[in-house]
Amino acid sequence: MAQGVWTIAEQREGEIRKITYEIVSEGRRLADALGQELTVILLGSNIKEKAAELGQYGADRVVVGDDPRLEPYTTDAYVSVISQLVKTDDPQILILGASVQGKDLSGRLAARLDVAMAQDCTIFAIEDGNLVATRPIYAGKAYAKVTFENSVPQMASARPKVMAISEPDPSRSAEVVDASFTLEDGDLKTKVVEVAKDESGKIDLTEADKIVSGGRGMKGPENYNILEELADLIGASVGASRAAVDAGWRPHTDQVGQTGKVVSPNLYIACGISGAIQHLAGMGTSKVIVAINKDEDAPIFQKADYGVVGDLFDVVPALTEEVKKYL
Amino acid sequence: MNIIVCLKQVPDTESQIKIASDGKSIVTDDIKWVMNPYDEFGVEEALRLKEKHGGEVTVVGLGPKRVTESIRTALAMGADKGILISDDALEGSDSLANAKAIASAIRDLDYDLIFTGQRGVDDDLGVVGATIAELLDIPQLSLIVKVEVADDGKSVKVERPIEGETLVIESTLPALITAQKGLNEPRYASLPGIMKAKKKPLEEKTIADLGLDSAEFGEGARKLKIVELTPPPERAAGKIVEGETPQEKATELARLLHEEAKVL
Repeated sequence: MAQGVWTIAEQREGEIRKITYEIVSEGRRLADALGQELTVILLGSNIKEKAAELGQYGADRVVVGDDPRLEPYTTDAYVSVISQLVKTDDPQILILGASVQGKDLSGRLAARLDVAMAQDCTIFAIEDGNLVATRPIYAGKAYAKVTFENSVPQMASARPKVMAISEPDPSRSAEVVDASFTLEDGDLKTKVVEVAKDESGKIDLTEADKIVSGGRGMKGPENYNILEELADLIGASVGASRAAVDAGWRPHTDQVGQTGKVVSPNLYIACGISGAIQHLAGMGTSKVIVAINKDEDAPIFQKADYGVVGDLFDVVPALTEEVKKYL
Repeated sequence: MNIIVCLKQVPDTESQIKIASDGKSIVTDDIKWVMNPYDEFGVEEALRLKEKHGGEVTVVGLGPKRVTESIRTALAMGADKGILISDDALEGSDSLANAKAIASAIRDLDYDLIFTGQRGVDDDLGVVGATIAELLDIPQLSLIVKVEVADDGKSVKVERPIEGETLVIESTLPALITAQKGLNEPRYASLPGIMKAKKKPLEEKTIADLGLDSAEFGEGARKLKIVELTPPPERAAGKIVEGETPQEKATELARLLHEEAKVL
């Protein structure tokens, strides 16, 4: 019978990504609920030294796949290796992070294993010894609770920034073992030929702790500097509504909403955003929502923890000055 | 170069979603159905590649008869022919099963590239493209915002934005690409386009036509079971920040964010 909880670590150039700690911490909670072991799969090149640390977050065992062809990430190589490991060891639960890489990997891996996949979940639980996952659908306009039928491992991905990271416990350690797999060069049909870093150093919206977002009320691309100033000061990333992106004011990668990014920051400040349902869907899981809008009837105020009725061109610069008191 | 675009129909993103009395599905009475926005990017990209490299664009849709409208929309935009996979037995199938039906419909066609949307904006799963690629044993390139096909038509170079970086990836063809927002701005169908679309071939296929067993489809065959749907968690009523002037409001807001919400 299938045994054990597995999580797939995500690393980039040898650095463990934050999402990894989120899913390892969550994996530990699930493993405890089942009374089973937690295994972390860590793939890359020369990354073995990073393995032990994962024990402090709850891993009992870290299986390391070390191979130059596993760095940088490619779908073909990762799916091939992980599917071999799963078929050999037969885990009951397999958890990934719903980062861009995780979304790419999870679909193909599920297909290879011929199992169902619950993407971008916000809650995991064990009921009657099985994984039960809750996931937003229609971009958060509804939540679906799902279970798995004739589908082992029970496979799901976790939305970034939702699962709590456990305090690392220095007294804990994990057994580190080498993964056993074969990789045929002929199976690798895709190749990363270039990695273009985002020079702005901006944190991606899906990973940002704070977001300052502007909509149609910004009136034009030239006015986003007032949001940038506030954002720089409080360590936030700047986002935008669909209206602002469709008008060409901001890049597509900045769009928050049903056809953009779904975000869960600790603080979301919506400036000049009326709160169309498609936008609300994308930021509804933010922990604290602030709305600044001239129109007191704007739907965004119904979602906001703090609403400021006023002209953003007056309020935002004033707020930028005021927050300095608290930094 | 021959291209296939897979499309599904979804509730318009402006739709309110109401949960049906069975607690497991949504009320569809007032829903306006549209082509999945991410699939629209796929249609547009396929048409641009066809304009550059020649060839044919075939649109494959799956779902009830109403999906015909979305296929006709793609034909009006400029696609050449359509296939609708429609069968009562498909009702309630999960993504895995739907992908199997779509892959079966594509398998014997002549193609260099397949496009799907990166996800449907209904169930937000994003696994259909990858599953089709797996079943057809071709590479997948997901969440793509730029596509360049080599002049010899044998390989493709694409861009995938990830957190803080953009990856440039090369792949052999045939391959499957899932379209992400930013890939292009889809065109509107022109009036002559709409007239022409009515005469373009649109074939309908059932599960049996695809040589598949209907027992593998439908609610009963789901591997991902929906236990219940619930509305999103309610947020506690917020407060309107008081103040006579914008300055006073800003002062009070900063104080609340620091002292009460503790996020500053």
